[in-house]
Amino acid sequence: MSDEMIKKTCLWQEHVRLGAKMSPFAGFDMPIQYKGITEEHLAVRQKVGMFDVSHMGEIFISGNDALRYVNHIFTNDISNMDSGSILYGMMCYEDGGVVDDLLVYKETEDNHYLLVVNAANIDKDYEWMLENAVGFDVSIDNASDDWGQIAVQGPQAEDVVSKMLGEWVRPLTFYTFVRNDDYIVSRTGYTGEDGFEIYATPEKTIALWKALLAVGVEPCGLGCRDTLRFEAGLPLYGDELSKDISPVMAGLGMFCKLDKEEFIGKEALSRQKADGVMQKLVGIEIEDRAIPRAGYAVELEDGTQVGVVTTGYHSISLDKSICFALVESAYSKLDTPLWIRIRKKVFGGKVVKKRFYQTNYKK
Amino acid sequence: MSKIIEGLLYSESHEWVKVEGDIAVVGVSDYAQAEMGEITYVDLPQVDDEFAAGEEFGALESVKASSDLYSPVSGVVTEVNTALEDAPELVNEDSYANWLIKVRMTNPSETEELMNADSYKTHINE
Repeated sequence: MSDEMIKKTCLWQEHVRLGAKMSPFAGFDMPIQYKGITEEHLAVRQKVGMFDVSHMGEIFISGNDALRYVNHIFTNDISNMDSGSILYGMMCYEDGGVVDDLLVYKETEDNHYLLVVNAANIDKDYEWMLENAVGFDVSIDNASDDWGQIAVQGPQAEDVVSKMLGEWVRPLTFYTFVRNDDYIVSRTGYTGEDGFEIYATPEKTIALWKALLAVGVEPCGLGCRDTLRFEAGLPLYGDELSKDISPVMAGLGMFCKLDKEEFIGKEALSRQKADGVMQKLVGIEIEDRAIPRAGYAVELEDGTQVGVVTTGYHSISLDKSICFALVESAYSKLDTPLWIRIRKKVFGGKVVKKRFYQTNYKK
Repeated sequence: MSKIIEGLLYSESHEWVKVEGDIAVVGVSDYAQAEMGEITYVDLPQVDDEFAAGEEFGALESVKASSDLYSPVSGVVTEVNTALEDAPELVNEDSYANWLIKVRMTNPSETEELMNADSYKTHINE
């Protein structure tokens, strides 16, 4: 991608001013780290950190058929959502492969929804939504460029955000939100900690970022966003979910309501659930400091390859080398011994739960 | 500004070599460790392993990335800096004091292909 093609979020100037290490991500020039991944990771686990997530996509759906339409493209069931609540799920292809994973926000007014999608998939998702809107009375508004977004995450997030925006944010529980004239504030995140995601105009986003910085909130880059979400067992589209990795394979079947009347991918996912899948996503812990990286082979003791690593780190919070891997289903049970080839050596390990880190959400 | 030490030889892949008789002491440059960021794991070979010049002999790993290490000379490993197993961050603290391996060179004339401090300085500024 040429330099002219790279987009900048409204906070780009702030990142440069803070001396962040910048790198292209999903078509945006994004901060990977400021002080260092470890320090930023620990700030979120122990205190509070903030992320520029303005690159994420915001697509508003409204119209007489909005409820029926969102239920048609979304794997989870939005029929009984309360206003101010949020659901996680996927948009799937007919074959059960994943177009994207996303959040659906139900707004106060009936038949008004906000869909928050991955930055890398905004154009693809928008096209997909339009293609599949035939016969539905809906309007689909890709407002991604109009919204900035800051994720404030960590045990001190509630104190900091209530100081900034008001005491009214405190009663919000996990996966609920409030929209007022200035902000959409949701109790969501991608770190395994309590926290908020705050959507606003670019101008308000910049002002909020500066105010948060002034009270000592640690700016955090995409580097630790990945280490944090990984420890919390959260998938990243492209690594743990893709057109080839279905929600059933990824162990996210609970977000696919197969008893729903219909949705795109329902038949394929139902079949996968009934008949089983060839491969499943697992967690693996190895007994060494060596680091299993995406693409490394997962093997049996005799060297037969039975899978591949999708994300791996030496976990900062747990001081263990762990990874997600897609393996043949026969080897996906907890405690199954598996080996990972790291360069010229092979390291033994075993299947463990994918949620490596005990999450701390405000229920 | 990266620290470059006079008297050492440098490879294009940012390893340094200190020649002591037929032994080459091998480490990574200050530039290389700074590019890597916090080093969390150093993967080193074993004594008696043999490498050709340019062959991969191990890797440095940061939280985010892994960077292969290439042997600047051909030879047999005589010593490995095992202190780095438990304290990989020493490479960040001083990448010249904390060497990685010592190699008994089988073809010492290969060191003529390496850069001196001045050439290496130009190399990293390119």
